[in-house]
Amino acid sequence: MITGAGIVTSLGWGWKQNAAAFRSGKTGFRNVTLFDVSRQRVKTAAQVDLPSILPPTSLTQRQEKRLDRAGIMLLLAAREAWQQSGWKASDNLPVVLGTTAGGLTLGEDYFRQAVGLPKRQTMQPTRALHYQAQRQASMVADALGFGGMVTIVSNACASGTNAIGEAWEMIRRGQTDRVLTGGYDALSQMGFSGFDSLQLMSPTSCRPFDAHRDGLALGEGAAVLTLETFESARMRGAEILGEVIGYGASMDRHHLTQPHPEGAAAHQAMQLACLSARITAEEVDYVNAHGTGTPLNDQAEAKAISRWAGHRAGGLPVSSTKAGTGHLLGGAGSVEAVVCLMCLREQWLPPELAFETPDPACSFRIVARPEDVPVKVALSNSFGFGGVNATLIMRRWS
Amino acid sequence: MNRVFVCGLGSVSPAGWTVEALRDALAKNEPLPTQSLSRPGWQKPLPMRPVPNPAVRPSFLAHPGLRRTSPITHYAAAAALEAVKSVRNGNDAPARIGIIVCLQSGCVQFSFRFFEETLQDAATASPLLFPETVFAAPASHVAALLENTPLVCTLAGDPSAYSQGLALGIDWLLEGRVDASLVLGAEEINWLLADALWHFDHRAVISGGAGALCLSLNPAWSSGVELELITDAHPYTALVNRKLAAIKMRAQMPPENQAEILCDGLNASPRADAAEANTWADWRGPRLSPKLVLGEGLMAAAAWQCVAACDLIAGGKFIAANVSLVGANQQAIGVRFHRVARTISDLSSLAKAGSLAL
Repeated sequence: MITGAGIVTSLGWGWKQNAAAFRSGKTGFRNVTLFDVSRQRVKTAAQVDLPSILPPTSLTQRQEKRLDRAGIMLLLAAREAWQQSGWKASDNLPVVLGTTAGGLTLGEDYFRQAVGLPKRQTMQPTRALHYQAQRQASMVADALGFGGMVTIVSNACASGTNAIGEAWEMIRRGQTDRVLTGGYDALSQMGFSGFDSLQLMSPTSCRPFDAHRDGLALGEGAAVLTLETFESARMRGAEILGEVIGYGASMDRHHLTQPHPEGAAAHQAMQLACLSARITAEEVDYVNAHGTGTPLNDQAEAKAISRWAGHRAGGLPVSSTKAGTGHLLGGAGSVEAVVCLMCLREQWLPPELAFETPDPACSFRIVARPEDVPVKVALSNSFGFGGVNATLIMRRWS
Repeated sequence: MNRVFVCGLGSVSPAGWTVEALRDALAKNEPLPTQSLSRPGWQKPLPMRPVPNPAVRPSFLAHPGLRRTSPITHYAAAAALEAVKSVRNGNDAPARIGIIVCLQSGCVQFSFRFFEETLQDAATASPLLFPETVFAAPASHVAALLENTPLVCTLAGDPSAYSQGLALGIDWLLEGRVDASLVLGAEEINWLLADALWHFDHRAVISGGAGALCLSLNPAWSSGVELELITDAHPYTALVNRKLAAIKMRAQMPPENQAEILCDGLNASPRADAAEANTWADWRGPRLSPKLVLGEGLMAAAAWQCVAACDLIAGGKFIAANVSLVGANQQAIGVRFHRVARTISDLSSLAKAGSLAL
């Protein structure tokens, strides 16, 4: 059961702002001001405006100063989820988080100083420590007053979905009653330059599944869920926001950065998720696609969805919210899980307003305009560099 | 009760490219010679224990997917191939192998090079380097090499995360999702990483390499060693410091027995070792500290501890081994292995050692 959700994207902080933006198809791109992009092909991204003052937590001012952008976004999302869940401090609450980069911006600062001013030691030990993702997770635990095993999943762009899936599996196995889980990543110069060097970024606009798409857009953000057993939620009288009912993971060995052209592993991940949820494609009301907007990903995923959906494909609504938030890398899967939760709670579908011409591989319907429709079951896909594919299925709670 | 067997070991370390090389170096129990690692802007270099060049170029480097990979992938691939030998050989149907790669620092060499190029001129930064900077890259390459790998996961964390990798591998086995779980710990050396480590321990000797354990529920693949216990994770929090977490970890391990060995993570660094040294101060039995010989290999060192422990049991030297993984900044977790009981005498010895989990 999901009893709390927190989200930070370039569209806003928190459920309310983000739900309004996703529902209307708003986009959150602007010129990157965090680092020098003058020599990059692309100069925009979905950059988050962070608050100048953090909301109160158990962290001291000194601890707060150690947080980098990724750590702040993670903390904001975790705090929102924590407050919504009504959870109390505990010393045995596991945390499972997904990230590709952790505190990479601190690592970049460390590099610049070590190379440029090698004898200057100021801040370097702090950067070396808090660059590590497990420290960011520990800071969240300290901020919210709990302790527990920290697991960091780093399966590239599937990390967030894998983290939620593994957290759900921990509860299913009876290893714990509750888990705080999610994913996060901040924009970094290295990541931005990396995707630019591969010429994967769109010089125009991100239009997943459009026949004229020309690449992805990067973004940053975080999303956190509080998962617990039905019994735990019921005992506390907690409000249940929705439930995770299925998870599938698979491996695409085709190439480090390119999916199998037929989307074989993506198809397998969706099949496995349906198997664990004990449902068929017929019962899925909405697919939040990985949909990066790159020619190769979207074509492979379109084939995978079409094959998986079979006869259902023609009437199946699909969209990629990366059109609005950009690709959040390790944060993508968790943010998209929260978007699915919003759809289930509020009964709408998030549109891609820039979408015009469907790719011929799409046998399904792309949601191109805001729609208020009944949504009982939503499926979310995430596929990563390195080939890890993951699918999550969530159901409306009633 | 399900039994989890260790069915293969793999190691790449400053001692060489095999478990045998690791065994020989640890048997001598003398620190391996160090080399100098140049540190830009400083006159005095940092010490390191690099992995020696292999005597023969590994054949796996001919694999089309591995041609441009970084040393960390080479180490992981070599350790993986060594560990899965018994699982891959002599089977009619190829075993489904789940791969879990655990990293602390990860792909630092290509990350360094790519970011350096970005700062020089982002317009010409190499697209060949960037994909190899991702934490998930080594796991992806090992999966491509081993082929029948339905599940792959990369875990990041301090060295205690290696035991989380073992636990995840066991979950996959128990759920029947794979026939064997290959759990790797790997790291590579770079001056920037050594520079970062220096801030916490001026005497640290950085090293690199990989260690691998292959686990299975199939007794036919057993190397004579069982994984008996993984303790709870004891995280470091505002209320539980590293010292207390280590004590809590030890409290979940069976009492001391002279027929078993402690494989710890001590590294001749009074400050960094304090919590772990205190926890095991009363241990009077045999003890092995691989980092004293090999250097600070971070996640690779955690894997070496487990590989060395299993190798000693498989070689008949001890009936059981306790591995102490007191991580640097995350949590303390203990792992215990014991000899697979084959005879009445074995059963008796194991029962006395409190290790009978049949």
